[in-house]
Amino acid sequence: MAEFELLVKSNMKRAYYAALGIMGSHDTAMELSQEAFIRAYRSFKNFDKTKKFFTWYYKILRNLCLNFIRDNRKNVSADYLEKAQYTSDETNPEKTYDKNEACEKLENALAQMDFDDREIIILKEFENYSYKEISETLDIPIGTVMSRLFYARKKLAKKLEGMLV
Amino acid sequence: MNERNIYLLERYLDESASPEEKNEFENLLSANSEFRSEYEEQKRTKEVLRAMKLKNPSVEIWDGYWINVYNRVERGIAWIAISLGFFVCFAYLAILAAENLFENNEVPLLVKAGITILVFGIMLLVYSVVREKLFTYKYDKYKEIQR
Repeated sequence: MAEFELLVKSNMKRAYYAALGIMGSHDTAMELSQEAFIRAYRSFKNFDKTKKFFTWYYKILRNLCLNFIRDNRKNVSADYLEKAQYTSDETNPEKTYDKNEACEKLENALAQMDFDDREIIILKEFENYSYKEISETLDIPIGTVMSRLFYARKKLAKKLEGMLV
Repeated sequence: MNERNIYLLERYLDESASPEEKNEFENLLSANSEFRSEYEEQKRTKEVLRAMKLKNPSVEIWDGYWINVYNRVERGIAWIAISLGFFVCFAYLAILAAENLFENNEVPLLVKAGITILVFGIMLLVYSVVREKLFTYKYDKYKEIQR
């Protein structure tokens, strides 16, 4: 159990943020990321310790997220993004409003995207995974990662028309 | 957009392009207007995404995270123990009830036969469902695929 505890503690933030990006709700991200750790513990004997734990864990988490979306017949929630940096604009209510509106628009645009497109954008742009890490996590070639990212961004750009200056 | 162009564009946007790739990208950018507009669109989208980040939960959340996972694992084990104990007790009581029933001469033979057939039917049904579930779990190649 001590070994598993270490694995949970060193991967819990990545797990939570990945689930948050995909599901869009703090409570659901917490519930699903923890449930995935519980399932990982139950099947821990099947885990090949020569491989990365998170890559194996992520497959469980991904299936749980997909099942949750299917069973609850709803897409991701909103209100999970915030601006990356606080600037002097914060004192200007008009600018703050614009930025909040931008967060909302982006959240809605991401929520309308397919699971696979949203997932790859979250991993690359919000979680800052390298192409190699995404390739290992999703078990797809690096070339596929790049083309999926390209087309996902293209679809997002279409949804964000007017917001891209 | 062909694969090579996407590769060059991604490497450039990711700031991980080698000097040769950078050169090839810049040549392509100046020679191909379609490629240039694709690049502009991707760059703007990336900028919008870069300006946002996922919301951080409160710091205390992380202190309780492992405890929550541990408690839930422990409760799962407790439920398995409870279910197993209940099953053993229930089986023992069922055997006692069956013994009493068959030793009791006041119960008509027809009732005894009826109860035997009923129990047999229930056991067969349970066996059939369990076997089907196990078979599906063992041999379904598509069990991991979301339907």
